[in-house]
Amino acid sequence: MTDKTDITLNINGRDHAISVESRRTLADAIREECGQTGTHIGCEHGVCGACTVLVNGEPVRSCLMFAQQAAGKPIRTVEGLANGDEMHPMQRAFMENHGLQCGFCTPGFLMLAVGVLEKEPDITDEDLVDVLSSNLCRCTGYQNIIKAVRAAAIEMRQS
Amino acid sequence: MSVARPKLVGQSIVRKEDGPLLRGQGRFAADVNFPNQLHMRVVRSTYAHGNIVSVDLAPALAIPGVHAAWAFADVADIPPIDFRLTKLEQLAAYRQTILAKDRVRYVGDPVAVVFADDPYLAEDAAEHVVVEIEELPVILHADGETGEFRDGLSTEPAIIRKGYGDVDAAFANAHATVSLSLSIGRHSGVPMETRGAVGRYIADTDMLEMYGAAKVPHWNRDQIAKMLGRPPASVNLFEGHVGGGFGVRGELYPEDVLVCLAAMRLGRPVKWIEDRREHFIATNHSRQQTHHIRAAIDRDGCILAIDDEFFHDQGGYMRTHAATVPDLAAAMLPGPYRVPVYRAVGHIRLTNKTPGGTYRAPGRYESTFVRERLLDAIAAETGVDGVEIRRRNLIDKSEMPVTRALETLGTDIVLDSGDYVRLLDKALDGVSWTALQAQLKQRRQAGELVGAGVAMFVEKSGLGPFDDVRITINTKGLVEVVTGAASVGQGVETVIAQICADTLGVGYDSINVIHGQTDRIGRGLGAFASRVTVMTGEATRLAAAKLRDKVLATAAGLMQLPADSLDIVNGEIVRSDSSAGPSMGLAEIATALAPGAKFLGEREPSLFAEASFESRHMTYPYGAHVAVVRLARDTGAIDIERYLVAYDVGKAVNPMLVEGQIVGGVAQGIGGALYEEFTYDDRGEPLSVTFADYLMPTAREVPHVDVIISEDAPSPLNPMGLKGAGEGGTNAVGAAIAAAIDDALGQPGAITQLPVSPQMIKAILKNNL
Repeated sequence: MTDKTDITLNINGRDHAISVESRRTLADAIREECGQTGTHIGCEHGVCGACTVLVNGEPVRSCLMFAQQAAGKPIRTVEGLANGDEMHPMQRAFMENHGLQCGFCTPGFLMLAVGVLEKEPDITDEDLVDVLSSNLCRCTGYQNIIKAVRAAAIEMRQS
Repeated sequence: MSVARPKLVGQSIVRKEDGPLLRGQGRFAADVNFPNQLHMRVVRSTYAHGNIVSVDLAPALAIPGVHAAWAFADVADIPPIDFRLTKLEQLAAYRQTILAKDRVRYVGDPVAVVFADDPYLAEDAAEHVVVEIEELPVILHADGETGEFRDGLSTEPAIIRKGYGDVDAAFANAHATVSLSLSIGRHSGVPMETRGAVGRYIADTDMLEMYGAAKVPHWNRDQIAKMLGRPPASVNLFEGHVGGGFGVRGELYPEDVLVCLAAMRLGRPVKWIEDRREHFIATNHSRQQTHHIRAAIDRDGCILAIDDEFFHDQGGYMRTHAATVPDLAAAMLPGPYRVPVYRAVGHIRLTNKTPGGTYRAPGRYESTFVRERLLDAIAAETGVDGVEIRRRNLIDKSEMPVTRALETLGTDIVLDSGDYVRLLDKALDGVSWTALQAQLKQRRQAGELVGAGVAMFVEKSGLGPFDDVRITINTKGLVEVVTGAASVGQGVETVIAQICADTLGVGYDSINVIHGQTDRIGRGLGAFASRVTVMTGEATRLAAAKLRDKVLATAAGLMQLPADSLDIVNGEIVRSDSSAGPSMGLAEIATALAPGAKFLGEREPSLFAEASFESRHMTYPYGAHVAVVRLARDTGAIDIERYLVAYDVGKAVNPMLVEGQIVGGVAQGIGGALYEEFTYDDRGEPLSVTFADYLMPTAREVPHVDVIISEDAPSPLNPMGLKGAGEGGTNAVGAAIAAAIDDALGQPGAITQLPVSPQMIKAILKNNL
């Protein structure tokens, strides 16, 4: 299993030329080969959503995708949300609404929420809760995450 | 000296912690890497009980890139992991070694370790270690027959006994007796970040380091040093970001010691990151107990005595918490009520499951469920409403403080302050209880299965005996607070900065809070038992007050003004009468006291102050939970329609964070009440090893939670009146939901065990037909 293939991962607009085994997960490649450790690994079986990133604009569990499958496709991670010092409205809303405690699940929630709202800016509150129920958080009880995403949705619609 | 006006304490300001976490700049255990590091993989027992016949490491060692592999013989010189709390002599023989010696006691028991260049390779290699085990019969029920742990030792190593008064006489003279058998399922903290540890040995300074520390870094530092035969000063532990603790993370586990030992022996940094399946079978479980409880009551339903016998399912070994969980269950069971006579007998039982430890509200989630079920049963027995029964038995404000003839965690239980009746009223008002009852009645008449339940409890917090804080102001005027506390994600930096800012008179943003670094402060007790805000908070206030005096005394000398005419406002030393005039910045004061500065003279160099806060007693926050549930007649599904928590924390430093603690705690309580359970088959094979089997509540299952933060009863044990807020959200969830389900079923006492599944509801409904 040590045969490696050269691929290029485009993360937040930057190319990373890496060499990976075919079994290497996208999550591991993003974190280890590309050094972007903001994407977290919580279960490695596709349930918790901590490793959610956007590939081609779609939220995906990066622990369930092989790095080679994402080669050449635009990947967005939490590191690419802010514009320099200026946080993305979603990040700001999480801060203002105390939508995080330990912060481990947060990058996954941020990417999930941003990915969904960019495609469906007028998503109903009920559908939004349904979407957010696909990721796990153990600290907040979700209340403030839902509040934050709703607040950010309003701001994202206006901008 | 004028007193700084409180400005930040009591305000819901945004957290200092959030920026890096939101930007993906956190530094969790898996984010720590060192050049040339090795990766460790643990080979775990696939049998729940058995004798180790042989462990063949050779096939793993033959794989290129594998650098070492160990079984017990390679670590036989390392003593077992010791107890941190509630030590009992007779438990010592039940401790866990870092690799299993000649017998395995649960599926997941570490048998061997391999070290390789790459984590994928290490995992491959681990599968090549050949472990032969001769299977032995398993014990999976704590309340059945006892068996042999090993060498003639019983699987019941100790019995916890607590109580006071003549129980037999009280029951003999009672108007009536109410008896129940109740059980709580096996579940645990399950933080989103699995455990992880990176060991590094620096040969030229003979220093051993471990990254990924959490909860109790100083204790773990001392233990690792002791186990490896090193002076404590030659070992340092570093806490980075911690992805949730909840009691389980940060205790000393075999893997922490193994990475340190390997780093020293192999001369390369060694990294271990737990995978989720491992987490479910290796990290502490909790909660599982069966209680047989009875109450003696008078004709009004007032409690004359409580007598409880329970069986605590500890799993395979006694870990760092030793007897803590059953001890707390026994000590805290009386809760907020008058209990004139009391007896608790708790059997600690070893079984062939993952070993147990504490989980948020340890022993109290369990004993609150049991006690509140008992109160509901008393209500049913006497025909008095459950709320009224609680009123009749609640300790009155006028009785405070109340000394229970009980002790736990090395402290006597003295309920320091509280107005329990008032809090009950607040909770009931919060849901408009009378109107709610009318609505529910109407809905039940219309055929719906709906009901409400109330549960009350007393928590404990602020465990001492000490905490130290050192505050330094540097020559740029920036403030650094160094504590021996730890952060598991709860907002320690924010709360400590709020207290420091107010007391010292500096801006919140100019304060940096350091925690969990053993090289920065000599001792520290870490973060558990809802202790940090109380203990570290007060130590911070004391140190900040001292430092303030020092600043003003120095400024007085520099400004040629009396110190008592000066104040510190937002980091500037100004005239306290607000009159115009010269002012100085903290940077200037720090510069004047810098080593070698001309002004220094006989004064002590550097602008800093240290303080310790010592406390021999815990503080006792208290609360009430109200749940409203609806049951689906066809599927048995349980829907929580409403949930309210009223919690008195004495003084909330940051109400937003307190509310966050409570709501998050409720979600975990709901997990244990309705969804989460570690189940096993007849051979002790764990059946809950993924998030698809171990069901944690999602955004859909957790209802909106209303929170009433109450400050009626400041603690007399510290000047700010603080009590901890970490565990009250979890404590009474099982109890309140059980009561609400009973009410919805119209069947008092129907719920006798947690978690309650839809299948159980369906079975009850079927039996009712």
